[in-house]
Amino acid sequence: MEELGWGAIFARMAMQFMPVWIGLVAVFALSIGFKRRLGLYGKLFDSKVGMVGFAIVLFWLFTALFADMIATHDPLGQLRGLRNAVPGTPLPDPDGGYEYYLLGGDSRARDVFSRMVMGAREVLKIAPAATLFAFMIGITLGLPAGYFGGRLDTSLTFLANLVLAFPVILLFYLLVTPEIVETGIPMYMAAVLFLMPIIFLTVLWNSRYFVQPWKRNLYIAVTLVIGLWAYAGLAFNADPLGVWGMSPNILNVFVAVVFVNAPTVFRIVRGLTMDIKSRDYVAAGQTRGEGSWYIMLWEILPNARGPLIVDFCLRIGYTTILLGTLGFFGLGVSPESPDWGSTINDGRRLLTAFPHPALVPAFALMSLVLGLNLLADGLREESLRD
Amino acid sequence: MLFFLARRVGMMLLTALCLTVLVFYLTNLPAKLETLAKTQAGARISDAEVASWLERNGYGAPMPVRYGEWLGVVPGWVHESPDGTLRGRCIARAADPAEAPTYCGLLQGYWGWSTRFNDAVGSVIATRLGATGMLMLWVMIVMVPSALAVGVLAGMREGSRADRTLSTGAIVSTATPEYVSGVVFIAFFASSTVGLSPLLREWGLLDSPVLFQGNARSAMEGITFWNFTLPVVTIALYGMGYIARMTRASMTEVMTQQYIRTARLKGASFRAIVLKHALRNALIAPFTVIMLQFPWLLNGVVIVEVLFSYPGFGWTLVEAAGNNDIELLLACAVVAVVVVLLTQLISDIGYVYLNPRIRIS
Repeated sequence: MEELGWGAIFARMAMQFMPVWIGLVAVFALSIGFKRRLGLYGKLFDSKVGMVGFAIVLFWLFTALFADMIATHDPLGQLRGLRNAVPGTPLPDPDGGYEYYLLGGDSRARDVFSRMVMGAREVLKIAPAATLFAFMIGITLGLPAGYFGGRLDTSLTFLANLVLAFPVILLFYLLVTPEIVETGIPMYMAAVLFLMPIIFLTVLWNSRYFVQPWKRNLYIAVTLVIGLWAYAGLAFNADPLGVWGMSPNILNVFVAVVFVNAPTVFRIVRGLTMDIKSRDYVAAGQTRGEGSWYIMLWEILPNARGPLIVDFCLRIGYTTILLGTLGFFGLGVSPESPDWGSTINDGRRLLTAFPHPALVPAFALMSLVLGLNLLADGLREESLRD
Repeated sequence: MLFFLARRVGMMLLTALCLTVLVFYLTNLPAKLETLAKTQAGARISDAEVASWLERNGYGAPMPVRYGEWLGVVPGWVHESPDGTLRGRCIARAADPAEAPTYCGLLQGYWGWSTRFNDAVGSVIATRLGATGMLMLWVMIVMVPSALAVGVLAGMREGSRADRTLSTGAIVSTATPEYVSGVVFIAFFASSTVGLSPLLREWGLLDSPVLFQGNARSAMEGITFWNFTLPVVTIALYGMGYIARMTRASMTEVMTQQYIRTARLKGASFRAIVLKHALRNALIAPFTVIMLQFPWLLNGVVIVEVLFSYPGFGWTLVEAAGNNDIELLLACAVVAVVVVLLTQLISDIGYVYLNPRIRIS
């Protein structure tokens, strides 16, 4: 069989991404159709930049979802004779499978295209969740620090600055190692960090439905049952039903990334709270005799949502970069893992001779982060407009 | 002002102390010490040999005591081997064991001994920091003027085509971490088989095999355009976008101020307005951002130095961490923390000088 030209390679890749295109068209058609009824999300479709960013992010999201359908080969499978194969090389013996290595083979003769696709799944499994956790922790600690001030604020700010003064890479090198996993430190950190979202939700419901005890008890009970169940599974790997669980390596990476991100979120939330605290509607709430937590969570937080949503998008991008950094230094991930950072690291040894195994994940990572940044930019533009 | 400075410096010392305790704890975990013993004395030694190696080399004492030794407030360890020779933390520093000082730690100006480089930590750090200082200097020379220029050009006419293009460029640059841009640059400019270099050579425009060198180790002997361009540009690119965006935001804000309108109404040319009235006011905010950028640059430095194998501070940090070289790692942490906190301090003070509306109480 002939080697494929670049035109044919791109055409075939586009074919492979078919489920993604269908999903993209469906989401965009629906969203543009109902955009006036969708609030801030709908307004995103008024901004060109925001739409482009959203499309890129959605592209990778669908790629991660349908990765099994898109990938042409096993991301770990090695085929003889295809070491460092150039893009578009036909397989010597397809055996009913896909006939080409679309983007070539890497130094261990694995398919670069499939690894890139599967890498999207690896990244999107951790980055958004870690960012969400960091936000919940930052909010739970930042709101009272900014609202009450005083000694609580001083000590929490000191702790946050302590973490921020640490060079991220040094922290990763100290925290994300097999020896640290053995000591159980990530587990203890997870035990503390993962408790925060449960506290956050419990306080959230309690302050809102305090005057409707029946409803409050129901919501809190549901939160506690699901939350503690997930907590036991994720932090201690002790889920009795086996639904929730994380391998010790992933937990280590996850905890490290959350730990690095949370102080920045804390600082942002604290600043916003101190700003909004002096508004008239907060004073009105205090005069009405509303509880402090009600004011924080239901008066201040909704009014701080604009900057927080924008920062959330940016921070997912930043977390993606951090995960890539971890992979680049070979920390915390198994050497076989198809995640983008370690694939770049693998590829850089033969970079000057065979650049494609490193360039493909590099462009993938860059485009995802770019999409998130553009999305944040679009959101910022639209949220400032009203 | 003096009180403010004293408080900030005190805070800095406290932070550095907390962080070194943390680093000390994490590097002195039993499992880590075992790794250290195995890298130093051979990978196949038994558990008993590991224990005796640790005992002989002063790792036997409890952690707080050893931290005190490192700090210089507890007498350094001394170990007498069966044949009567004395070994100890402070003994290596003096010719005669009897004259060795009792205390030798940070407070006495002794940073310890690097197990990885087999050299005093102080001298290792000094040479490496010098190398990184060179890199940082060039990064600043490239990054700051170009970022400010991009930001001012984009911000002076908000919404124009130039603004759109430059802003998008800035977003792209912030979305490209160093390990991505570095890899792309090496593939395009520093490869003799792919990218730009073979093309240029074919056209007769290039004599050397590659346009730029992808390995910066030779820059230790002498910095040339050929071997230093790629590392500098790689670091500068990632930081540039952020500074440019901040400058743009500040410039657009200044351009809507009353005094700009007044200047325009009195008939000043657009050039004069931008250069004389807007520029100085617009540069206050980016100044803080540039100073706060240092800690981020530190990350970039680590990645780039590893990628281009330039033996500077970042490369040393990775080597120290990879080999669990405790005292070198502690020194790296101290240096990094001091850099971060010092730049924060400078940015706060500089902000006050640039903006007379702010007063430190």
